[in-house]
Amino acid sequence: MSFWNRHKILETNSIILIVGILAVIAIGGLVEITPLFYLKSTIEKVDGMRPYTPLELTGRNIYVREGCYLCHSQMIRPLRDEVERYGHYSLAAESMYDHPFQWGSKRTGPDLARVGAKYSDDWHVRHLTDPRSIVPQSVMPGYPALAKTEVNIDDIAAHLRANREVGVPYTDDQIANATADLLAQVDPDSADVDAFQKRYPKAAVRNFDGRPGRPSELDALIAYLQMLGTLVDFKLYDEKANLR
Amino acid sequence: MTHASTASKSMTIGEAFLFPVFFALAFLCLFAAGLAHDAPFAFHASLGAIASLAASFFILKRYYDRPAELPPQEINGRPNYNLGPIKFGAVAAVVWGIAGFAVGLLIASQLAWPLLNLDLPWTTFGRLRPLHTSAVIFAFGGNVLIATSFYVVQKTCRARLAGDLAPWFVVLGYNFFIVIAGTGYLLGVTQSKEYAEPEWYADLWLTIVWVSYLAVFTATLFKRKEPHIYVANWFYLAFIITIAVLHLGNNPALPVSFFGSKSYIAWGGVQDAMFQWWYGHNAVGFFLTAGFLAIMYYFIPKRAERPVYSYRLSIIHFWALIFLYIWAGPHHLHYTALPDWAQTLGMTFSIMLWMPSWGGMINGLMTLSGAWDKLRTDPVLRMLVVSVAFYGMSTFEGPMMSIKVVNSLSHYTDWTIGHVHSGALGWVGFVSFGALYCLVPWLWGRKGLYSLKLVNWHFWIATIGIVLYISAMWVSGILQGLMWRAYTSLGFLEYSFIESVEAMHPFYIIRAAGGALFLIGALIMAFNLWMTVNAGEAEQTTQATGLLQPAE
Repeated sequence: MSFWNRHKILETNSIILIVGILAVIAIGGLVEITPLFYLKSTIEKVDGMRPYTPLELTGRNIYVREGCYLCHSQMIRPLRDEVERYGHYSLAAESMYDHPFQWGSKRTGPDLARVGAKYSDDWHVRHLTDPRSIVPQSVMPGYPALAKTEVNIDDIAAHLRANREVGVPYTDDQIANATADLLAQVDPDSADVDAFQKRYPKAAVRNFDGRPGRPSELDALIAYLQMLGTLVDFKLYDEKANLR
Repeated sequence: MTHASTASKSMTIGEAFLFPVFFALAFLCLFAAGLAHDAPFAFHASLGAIASLAASFFILKRYYDRPAELPPQEINGRPNYNLGPIKFGAVAAVVWGIAGFAVGLLIASQLAWPLLNLDLPWTTFGRLRPLHTSAVIFAFGGNVLIATSFYVVQKTCRARLAGDLAPWFVVLGYNFFIVIAGTGYLLGVTQSKEYAEPEWYADLWLTIVWVSYLAVFTATLFKRKEPHIYVANWFYLAFIITIAVLHLGNNPALPVSFFGSKSYIAWGGVQDAMFQWWYGHNAVGFFLTAGFLAIMYYFIPKRAERPVYSYRLSIIHFWALIFLYIWAGPHHLHYTALPDWAQTLGMTFSIMLWMPSWGGMINGLMTLSGAWDKLRTDPVLRMLVVSVAFYGMSTFEGPMMSIKVVNSLSHYTDWTIGHVHSGALGWVGFVSFGALYCLVPWLWGRKGLYSLKLVNWHFWIATIGIVLYISAMWVSGILQGLMWRAYTSLGFLEYSFIESVEAMHPFYIIRAAGGALFLIGALIMAFNLWMTVNAGEAEQTTQATGLLQPAE
C-alpha cells in the first residue's frame, strides 16, 4: 500500500504539509476568480453608466453604514417573476463602479436594484423616517436621525480620489469640483447646476428631503436610492451581443 | 514573588521586542486619536492606546514578577503544558457565546416586533446583525478554536506550546480585534462585506494576530515528540492557513484617510462579489467546518475512549474537503450577474462536496463503534455525536440548495437562514459545547463536571430550540419563495412583496422562541462550568497522559 505510506511524508513534515495545503486550496480560487479580470465578456457593454455623484456616493456610504444590504438585495435575477416585479434583470455593468458591491444575500425587504424613480422623494422621506406610517405591515427600522444629520462636505474630494485609486473613472474635473457638486445637487437654483449636470449626465437635482439648508444624510440617501437602476439605457442594450 | 535563584534575569526576545513596540504603539494610537477624522476612529484609536499601554505595563510587570528561569519545557519527563491562554480562551468563548446568542435573540425579535429597533442609529437591525454574526462566529467560535487548537496541538505533540508571550499575544490580540469589530458595528463602521465587515485598521491588526497564531501553532508542531502530526492538527493547520489567505484576498482596501475609518475595497462589482463569496463560503468551510472537524477528531475519540474509525478515510476526507470547498463560493451568486461558467463551477463542486462531508461525518460517528452505549449515560458525548449528525444534515442540505433550480426558490429567503443555523447551532454550537464540557475539567484539574444532569438539560432545551428554529425557517423560507413566484389564473403576480412580509410574522416568533431556548441552554452551561471550576472536586492523581495513538 504505497499510497498510504507516501502520505507519511506529509504527516511527518509540517512544512511539506503546509505547502501541500496551500497548493490544494489555491486552485479553486485561481480558476474561478482570475478569469473575471481578463475575460471581456464578464462585464457587458452598455450605454449610460457613470460614476456616482458626490451626493449619491455619500448616500451610498450611508446605505452601507446602516447595513441596508442585510435586508435588501440589489440584484434582479433573470426569472419571470423577478423581472415582472422589479424590472430588467441586473447587469454586471450596473455595479462595475461599486466598491464594495451591494448585491446582498437576503430579501427581508424587496430588491432595490431598480427602486430609483419608482416612488416620490416625499414617500422616501416619510418611509425612511417612520416606515410604518406608510406601510403598516413593514418590519423596517425607522431612521429619524438621518434628517437631522448634515453630511460631511469637507472630505468628499478625498472619497472620490480613493475611488479613482481603486478603479472608478472619476476625472480631475469631478474631483476638483466635488464639494461644489455635492452642494449643487440639492439646490436647483444654484449657479453650479449646469456644470454639475455636464459632469454627471442625467443626475437629478432636487431638494430631496424637502428641507432648506445644507444637504442632510436623508438628502444623500434619497439621492442614491432615486438613481438606483436608472442609468443604463435598456432601449439601446443588445442582450444577444452580451451572451455569456 | 521571591526566588532563590541567583541566575541573572534577562528579558526574553519576546519581552524585549513587545514592550517597546506596545509602548510606541500607545503613542501612535494617541496621536491618531488626536488627528482622527471621525468619532468612531478616535474612539478606536483611544481603545488602542489604552490596550497598548496596558500591554506594555503587564509585560513589564510580568517580567519583574517572574523567576529568572522561564517555565520548564518538561517536568519529570512529562511535558509542562501551557494552559493559561487556553483557560482565557475557554472563558472568553462562554462569555462571547452568551452575548452573541443574546444579540441573535434580540434581532430575531426585531424582525417579529420592529418596535424593538428603537429607531436609534446604534440599535437598528442593520447594525446589530453583523454584531450577532461576528460575535457567534468569530468571538465564540474563534475563541473555541484558538483554545482547543492550543490544547490539542500540545497534547498530540507532547510538547509545551511554543513561545512565552506569543500565545498570550494571540489570545488577547484576537479578543481585542473582536472588541474593535463589535463596537465598530454599533458605531456604523463597516465595509459591508458579510462576515468580513471590520474596516481596514481592524483587518490589519487581525493579520498580525493571525500570522502570530500560525507561527505559534507551527512552531509547536516543530517541537513535537511524536513522529506523526495527528489528524486534528491537519484540520487546524488548514483552517489557520486558509483563513489567512481568504482574509488577505477579500480585504485589500484603500482608506480615504489614514486617520479615518472609511475605506474603499480594491475590488468592484462582479469581481468583488466573487471575492466576497469565495471568502464567505470558505469562512464556513474552513472556520466553521475544518476547524471544528479538528475538534471532532480529538474530542470524540477522547470522550468515547475509542480510536478514530478510519485513518484512510480521514486522509481522503481531509484532502478532498479542502480541495473541493474552495470552489463552492459561486453558489451564493446563482442567477446573478456573475458569468454562468462560474456559477456552474460553483454548483458542480458544491454537489461533489457532499461526499467528503459525509466521509467526515461517517468517520466521526463510527468512532463510537463499540461504545454506543455511552450515548445513554454520557450527555457530553451525546452532544458531540448529535453535532456530527447535524453536520451531516446541513452538509446534505447545502449541496441540495446549491442546485440552481432549488436555489432559484431558496435564495434571498429565510431557508438560507435556517440552513446556516442548522449548521451553526447544531454542528458548531454543539461540538463547541461538547468540547468546552470536556476541556474545562481538564484545564482546571477537576475530576469531572459539576453536574451531568445539567448537561442533559442543556442538551434537550437547546435541541428543542434548534428544531423550532430550523423548522420555522424552512416553512417561512419556502413560503416566501413560493409567494414571490405565485401567479393568478390571469397571469399576474399574486402577492405584493409586503404580503410575504406579513406572512412571516408567526414564523419569526417561533424562530425567536427557538433562539431563546438555545440561549437558556447556554446559560445553564455557563453555570455548570462556573460551578465545575469553583466547586468541583479536584482531580486526585496527576493528569493521565492517555494520549491518542499517532495516526498510523
